[in-house]
Amino acid sequence: MTLTAFTADASSALAGPLWLATRRAGAWERFAAGSLPQEAEEVWRYSGIDRFDLSSFGPVQRPDRAPGPDLEVGRALAQPLGSRAALVVTYNGAIVGVESEPSVADDQLSVTSVLSNSDAPAGLGELAPAHDAFGELHDAFLADVVHVVVAKKAVLRDPVIVVHLVDRAAASGSAAAFPRSLVHVGPSAEAGVIELYASVGAPDTTGAADADHRAPPVLVIPVTELEVEDDAHLGYANLQVLDQACTELAVQASRVGRNSTLRSFTVSLGGGYARVRTDSDLIGQGGHTALLAAYLGTDKQVHDFRTLQDHHAPRTESELLFEGAVADEARSVYSGLIHIRNGAHGARAFQTNHNLVLSEGAHADSVPNLDIEENDVRCSHASTVGPIDEDQRYYLESRGISPAVAERLIVLGFFSDLANRAPFPGVGPWVENAVSHRLAGRLPSDRVEPATQDANDG
Amino acid sequence: MTATANSAHQLVVEGLRAGVTSREVLAGIDLEVRSGEVHAVMGPNGSGKSTLAHVLMGRPGYQVLGGSVTLDGHDLLALPAWQRARLGLFLAPQYPTEIPGVGLQELLAEALAATGQASVAGSGDGSATDRAAAEAVRVGLETKLLDRPVNMDLSGGERKRSETLQLAVLRPHIAILDELDSGLDVDGLRDVAHRVRAGVDEWGLGVLAITHYQRLLSVLRPDVVHVLVGGRIVASGGPDMAEELERTGYAQYITPGDVVADARPVRRPGFTDPI
Repeated sequence: MTLTAFTADASSALAGPLWLATRRAGAWERFAAGSLPQEAEEVWRYSGIDRFDLSSFGPVQRPDRAPGPDLEVGRALAQPLGSRAALVVTYNGAIVGVESEPSVADDQLSVTSVLSNSDAPAGLGELAPAHDAFGELHDAFLADVVHVVVAKKAVLRDPVIVVHLVDRAAASGSAAAFPRSLVHVGPSAEAGVIELYASVGAPDTTGAADADHRAPPVLVIPVTELEVEDDAHLGYANLQVLDQACTELAVQASRVGRNSTLRSFTVSLGGGYARVRTDSDLIGQGGHTALLAAYLGTDKQVHDFRTLQDHHAPRTESELLFEGAVADEARSVYSGLIHIRNGAHGARAFQTNHNLVLSEGAHADSVPNLDIEENDVRCSHASTVGPIDEDQRYYLESRGISPAVAERLIVLGFFSDLANRAPFPGVGPWVENAVSHRLAGRLPSDRVEPATQDANDG
Repeated sequence: MTATANSAHQLVVEGLRAGVTSREVLAGIDLEVRSGEVHAVMGPNGSGKSTLAHVLMGRPGYQVLGGSVTLDGHDLLALPAWQRARLGLFLAPQYPTEIPGVGLQELLAEALAATGQASVAGSGDGSATDRAAAEAVRVGLETKLLDRPVNMDLSGGERKRSETLQLAVLRPHIAILDELDSGLDVDGLRDVAHRVRAGVDEWGLGVLAITHYQRLLSVLRPDVVHVLVGGRIVASGGPDMAEELERTGYAQYITPGDVVADARPVRRPGFTDPI
């Protein structure tokens, strides 16, 4: 491994109990002995990872700052998402504060830091072991874990909202953050978790309007593990609006038990390069996952999704729908695998990826795959890459709607179709609003000469 | 831009020749449709009826090879579809397009705003929402379908009711109806035909109705029936002509070598399926 600001000393300087220090040290050794992944590896195909330069980044020392302002920012960011059972705010991976709603009983929901735990929390690293050097780096510099435990049979009306703030100003020059969440939903429980990743100390927390490419780069490696026990239900949203100086390499791993459901909704709007690896294990008979994602790239953003729907048990079902748009010179990659294991008879798995290409310079790659070891299963995959549908545009225009408005309606409609299926009522409008802001000035017709626009056209 | 019963509008088509990928489908069409008039266009399959509808509306992909089309003196052929619509032209297509995530109410609000009708306060017309709710009752479209995305998961009949509703809310000067009767059952046909006919009487709507069947016309009561064969209007006559055609067919109008297949434009490339 080349020389970088990530060192054994920097790792061991992090605060925490013995088990965490030991865990970090082990990860550091594996990281130091290994090498970064390369594009030649199938899971990194199209990613551009060969151009990644780790020496641009460095670990962040725990900042000596008052939590008040960060909590305030977290509350403000969480507010549009609706009511909540608890709010957690992290700053570059360290937990700044946890606020539980008084209406939620302590024996129903526990949301804690793990820094005062004498032992590692059960299940940590089980669903998302370090897959590569980035995973080891995450484990070596892990500041804390947002640990959410929903008690057996507890039914929570509102989600836990976790706001992860990422700040480059904390470091001299570049920075890195390693947010971590571990969610455990007990048997017959019902709960929801929303994670929001946003930049602070940056000109634009929506990650778009005036991307400052000269800003020092920030590496963000978030890992989330979702364990859903038998007869339980979890709604999960992962909303990423980091600024474009951020390189994000995220892992979301879930395991769903017997007759349980996971409804997951990922939204990637920010990041210069933003990758999300989604691993979904269905280990109990009758388990069900719905994995949805929406992404929108502008400027030179790259959004990169790798998904695995892994069916271990009979009569399990997974539905995946990833939809996104690329404008300007943005790029997206979708690569997904449905794996039906021997013994998972009666499994049903669907995988759909639709891409809207909004400009000549934009590009989308879509690679669906199936690996089926069992008969008596129903699987399908579908994928499209293309411009705005001409028939849809003509239909709207034949009603007197200008090309600019027609395109905006169609693209927003494309996202709102997906947003309407978000697992939380507050998330759909949040997505529509965020996408609408991001699209301003980005559609082909926005570049039409003003002279050809009708005077009535608002 | 809102029509009043008193103002007369006129769609004039002269010597219109058009086609797809330089294959001529319309071989010289002459038509004049004025406010308050109903014209029917009948003809065998492949005679150019849908091409006529789309060329008049300005669908991309068709080439105009000659002739002229004006609406109240404006040269429509020089304008894109949205500007033709703003001059008061409307097309109810044979196959209405599904648009995911775009609500019918949203479309109507944008279209009314685009034609300057929504901002007319106190005109008594009401908002897009009010107008749509009132028209839904008249065309027999379930009110809950107004909140659905445009044409999504609608039956063929519901789509045609939705087209008629949009026509009634937007109140164009001249409406082209491309087989409005297809996909409709008897009740649906009666509802939409009555609503269109009422538009003719209420605000002087001019209608160019393309159809195979006399049933639509018995309610619409056309002033003129045109027979389109091989991209030409080979005969025009009074309302009786539709009944006669229903009995006798088009054989008498077809001469060998005359028939030019109707055509749809080739979709723009750019759609790739990597599987």
